[in-house]
Amino acid sequence: MKNKAAAGFLHSGLVSEYITQTIIGKCCGTEIKMEQDNDIIITNTAQTLEKSLCDKNKSDGGREHGSSDVLILAIESSCDETAAAVIKNGRTVMSNVISSQIALHTVYGGVVPEIASRKHMEQINPVIEMALSEAGVTLDDITAIGVTYGPGLVGALLVGVAEAKAIAFAKHLPLVGVHHIEGHISANFIEHPDLKPPFVSLVVSGGHTHLVLVKDYGEYEIIGRTRDDAAGEAFDKVARAVGLGYPGGPKVDKLAKEGNPDAIEFPRAHVDGSEYDFSFSGIKSAVLNYLNSCEMKNEEVNRADLVASFQKAVIDALVSRAMLAVKEYNMDTLAIAGGVAANSALRASLEAECGRAGVRFYSPSPIFCTDNAAMIGVAAYYEYIKGVRHGWDLNAVPNLRLGERV
Amino acid sequence: MRVLAIESSSVTASAAIVTDDIVTAEYTTNFKQTHSQTLLPMIDEICTMTESPIESIDLIAVSSGPGSFTGLRIGSATGKGIGLALDKPIVSVPTLDALAMNVIGTDRLVCPVMDARRGNVYTGIYRFDYGCDKDESGLLEILLESSLMQTEKLIERLNEMQQSVIFLGDAAALYSDVIKEKMTVPFIFAPAHMSMPRAASVAVLGMRMQACGKAANAREHVPDYLRPSQAERERNNQ
Repeated sequence: MKNKAAAGFLHSGLVSEYITQTIIGKCCGTEIKMEQDNDIIITNTAQTLEKSLCDKNKSDGGREHGSSDVLILAIESSCDETAAAVIKNGRTVMSNVISSQIALHTVYGGVVPEIASRKHMEQINPVIEMALSEAGVTLDDITAIGVTYGPGLVGALLVGVAEAKAIAFAKHLPLVGVHHIEGHISANFIEHPDLKPPFVSLVVSGGHTHLVLVKDYGEYEIIGRTRDDAAGEAFDKVARAVGLGYPGGPKVDKLAKEGNPDAIEFPRAHVDGSEYDFSFSGIKSAVLNYLNSCEMKNEEVNRADLVASFQKAVIDALVSRAMLAVKEYNMDTLAIAGGVAANSALRASLEAECGRAGVRFYSPSPIFCTDNAAMIGVAAYYEYIKGVRHGWDLNAVPNLRLGERV
Repeated sequence: MRVLAIESSSVTASAAIVTDDIVTAEYTTNFKQTHSQTLLPMIDEICTMTESPIESIDLIAVSSGPGSFTGLRIGSATGKGIGLALDKPIVSVPTLDALAMNVIGTDRLVCPVMDARRGNVYTGIYRFDYGCDKDESGLLEILLESSLMQTEKLIERLNEMQQSVIFLGDAAALYSDVIKEKMTVPFIFAPAHMSMPRAASVAVLGMRMQACGKAANAREHVPDYLRPSQAERERNNQ
């Protein structure tokens, strides 16, 4: 059939020819459920979570739910992951399905928006169906639909938004639009039942670097942000410059373990006007200049030392401002979020600094740091109980600001 | 048999409910490309106005392309969401075939043209052959399948076919100068009400396709973009 041929295009024409590696492996509490046509689908259900989360959710875990429970079906498609999850009462993950496209974009050295959007179209129904079946529920059990409507790639966001709206419309369910970064912050609630606002959150990902004051559920104030590149973007660019490839974050993290972080002194950018703002383009340029000058002088570059020193410069900037914010705003809790929050050196550094300062430190497991729908379901729950509802005219908002409500 | 049809492949947004042989409702706007904000409210409106609960739909017909990539995805994802929620099948109706159905009754060659930028059009060539049974429409004979081509190449091809032509679609007005200049066979442009894509046409063709077994589970449906993404084209050209 005509449409079959179109659907198969990306598989047969692109993937099988070029994809040589699987980037996502098995990680904590996670099972790779299916690998077909090079689509990597990762799921973690209440059961696997119970095993991996040290029984934190056990009292409330499992698939059982009563009529008074609030079940959110959440959908996320803002970048290159198609994801769906079912969340019970805001804190319990009944299912969490992620179809990653990373392998598809690797040959291009970054996410290609049009390819991402096309892949979302192929994956969205199977991913939602799997999230429902893994949770052991049907749409008739669902209380509301949550969906990421920004920020992100507009074409990618639109797939999830149109799908979520259509499901909510057809099943007469309330619709709750969620801010992607508010989702990342909310990922901390999944594994830490004791965590409650207010707290400071450091959000670091490929597209975002924010210091956020979480005043209450669904109430955010940005206190610092990057003036240029996001931290994850700097990781990707440096990784490309030293030939590590895409995605840069995990590869830099791994190689940096073999290097000396004090080998090369890179600048710790000071940003005029705000002591909480970040700038990473200077550090990135310094790395590129260093590589150039080595090449001119015909000197060999120790890549491990280079990325370790680069990483340290970035982490120093992140940690110093986060700790300053905690102190100045008189907070006793810091929670990190976003894809770069999976970086082991960043986690270790923040943990040590928080320990020294007597600040409680929270971080999500790596599976909840990556883009996922479980975190969107948690954020949607707190919006839902506050009465937030969106209409059938909900649009994707690629530049949606944190704390903004459209 | 009740069909919900969705057409959002270009600047036109259109939704229709067709019940057996009756177009119960059709809602079409030809204004701005804000389908993400307008399409579902339009569907909601026609369901309410005509007392046709969404659960009463038996089939979803989606205009499957070619066209605006984003527009196609909004329509397709809307269809897929409703299909998933209510376990209803989707029939993927080629956009240009449905457009050709707008001018059923003509003896001319039917040539729908949609703007594909940089002097290109998405097009096909059709003929109504009454009494023939060559495809699912029962009377729409496809002489050229949905294609992406330069407008001038299309004109050359039509001239070679030596038959009079009716043009329709958004690129007809856009390329009217070159059409008038280069066409050597007789031709006319369809009037405005026949020239735009309409969900009712998608529904009528969709029902015929469904009768030929061409409907599938909603998870199978994806748009037929007809061209790879720019990144893939550049990569393949290297």
